[in-house]
Amino acid sequence: MGAVVSLDGLLDERRVWKGRPLAQPQGLQPTGHAALDAALPGGGWPPSALSEILLAADGCGELQLLWPSLARLTGNGERVVLVAPPYIPYPPAWQAAGIDLRQLAWIDAAADEALWAVEQCLRSGSCGAVLCWPKKADDRSLRRLQVAAETGQTLAFACRPQQAALNPSPAALRIAVDARPAQWRVLKCRGGLAPRAPIAMTGQG
Amino acid sequence: MLWACILLPQLALDSVLRARDDPDTPLVLLSGPAQRRVLQAVNLPARALGLRAGQSLSTAQALAREFVCVEHDPAAVEQLQQLLAAWAYRFSGQVSLHYPRALLLEVQSTLGLFGPWPAFEARLRAELTDLGLRHRIVLASNPVAARMLANAHDGLAASCAQTTRQALLQMPIDRVGLPADAAKAFERMGLRRLDQVLALPRDTLARRFAAGVQLHLDRLFGLRPMALACYLPADRFDARLELNFDVESHQALLFPLRRLIADLAAFLASRDGGVQRFILHLEHAAGLPDTEVAVGLLAAEREAGRLFELARGRLEQLQIVAPVRNLRLCAEDLPAFVPQPGELFNARPQQQQNWEQLRERLRARLGDEAVQGVQAVADHRPECAWRSANTTKALASSPGPLRPGWLLAEPQALPLHGLRLLAGPERVESGWWDGADVRRDYYRIETASGQRGWAYRRIGEDGPLWLQGWFA
Repeated sequence: MGAVVSLDGLLDERRVWKGRPLAQPQGLQPTGHAALDAALPGGGWPPSALSEILLAADGCGELQLLWPSLARLTGNGERVVLVAPPYIPYPPAWQAAGIDLRQLAWIDAAADEALWAVEQCLRSGSCGAVLCWPKKADDRSLRRLQVAAETGQTLAFACRPQQAALNPSPAALRIAVDARPAQWRVLKCRGGLAPRAPIAMTGQG
Repeated sequence: MLWACILLPQLALDSVLRARDDPDTPLVLLSGPAQRRVLQAVNLPARALGLRAGQSLSTAQALAREFVCVEHDPAAVEQLQQLLAAWAYRFSGQVSLHYPRALLLEVQSTLGLFGPWPAFEARLRAELTDLGLRHRIVLASNPVAARMLANAHDGLAASCAQTTRQALLQMPIDRVGLPADAAKAFERMGLRRLDQVLALPRDTLARRFAAGVQLHLDRLFGLRPMALACYLPADRFDARLELNFDVESHQALLFPLRRLIADLAAFLASRDGGVQRFILHLEHAAGLPDTEVAVGLLAAEREAGRLFELARGRLEQLQIVAPVRNLRLCAEDLPAFVPQPGELFNARPQQQQNWEQLRERLRARLGDEAVQGVQAVADHRPECAWRSANTTKALASSPGPLRPGWLLAEPQALPLHGLRLLAGPERVESGWWDGADVRRDYYRIETASGQRGWAYRRIGEDGPLWLQGWFA
């Protein structure tokens, strides 16, 4: 017959471990895709953190995934920076997706300077979102980007090939984009369990 | 009117010392012909060694060995004086360099802006100290009195004609700027102070001494006005720093560069202007052309720290081909400065840099063309329908046919097997007027791995499909 033990006492003795409460999201950053928003713990992109987008191949859906968020950000007057994109952002399509081109900046940098440029953009806090395509990013440089995104409270997106999914990463969110079938798989999301089921891609033209 | 006099007692020495980063090294200024070199001025560590101004160089070398000799350069002092006038022009509309090694400022009219006088004076002193200059400041009711009181006082504030007169009457007779023979004559007559001279009958004074003496005394007490040539700011900035030794590394150039840019910032603030473009000349030994580093900015800027950061970014990329002797900074493009409006209620509390500063920083390291915007151009040819632009105008987008988000810089030939045509053909036929004629049928395709692309085939050719974009 156990004696009545007060809960406070147990907690004070550190014998009962209490799960850490979720950090309150500082600002809601919906992705613009209802199914994806529902699956993510914060109801959208993790604010002021690095999100990794793992692509099956070139041109298989990172823009479909990001365009709604970028359109919302540029519409709010925030600046979106593309650091060394692999291809030319084609204005008619970006405009058709609702993006205000006046708020879009394109930084041309060699591979070794690109990470520096991304870090500067993130740290400055003057951008709404920074997109980059790191060629060979190791754990260290991704962690730097993650810290810079926290410092500048900016959304950071790193698009990488899907082979990188095998390595651990400090990113707060990792989404794999599959081309066939067209779907998203959340591999890791900070503050919650990653949903098992893949999410069907929406907005495919 | 109230006049402030800023006396710079060791301007020539300070002009050399401020360009050096070793304040504890004994240093002397030399002047005179080659046969008889004389110490023009000595700094404090040199004074501690027993060196004095006026000694000959051989005497000095007998007394001490470890000291640095620098040639006295009147041109550099003159240039510094012009810079100081530009600096003082921020505080007053009437600045005069009438007396050597002294600045005269009319401050009554700007007291409302910078005053009261103690605060104004403290600010002047702080900025002069930042510029690396020793100084004495005196306030008086007329410019001549201010200059002469500065001979004996520091920090005196005689804010009305009465107190100025009181202060002047106590001045020793040899310190008030009278001609040397007149001052000596007064002293021999047993008149040591100005009040004793003033007690003499005016007519006898006029009879015994040259007219200049009476005129000077009248000006001193504000009875007769004095015409002063006032300073007019220059339209361009050109400053040069001699390094006195050969510099081969970037690091060693940074200190003199910081000095030059601080001078530039002081000059710009006095004009209430900014700088859009300046050129840094690295002057090598005779015979070699200068290395030029052009620093261009997108918007006018005048904050010293930021300008230094940008110039440093440009300088660090440079290969220094030969030792650098002198550093020169020229700025001719000096537009009006329009400060960037900051946000009062920042969405992000930690926003450290605004976009303009970030852009300058990126351009400094990555190159002038590195940061661009994208602009849509009304053209049917895909490769002509975009343009990178620094300022993007809003272009109303018209809902058109579906276009890919990514465009390849060069079209790639695409192997045909496994391709599935999703839509097409869409014919684009344009450009016959400018020589880049295009006649193509565009298809939306899907590859075997599920990527969706945009490819074309030239009309009349049976060749491969050319991939031009990805529907990512």
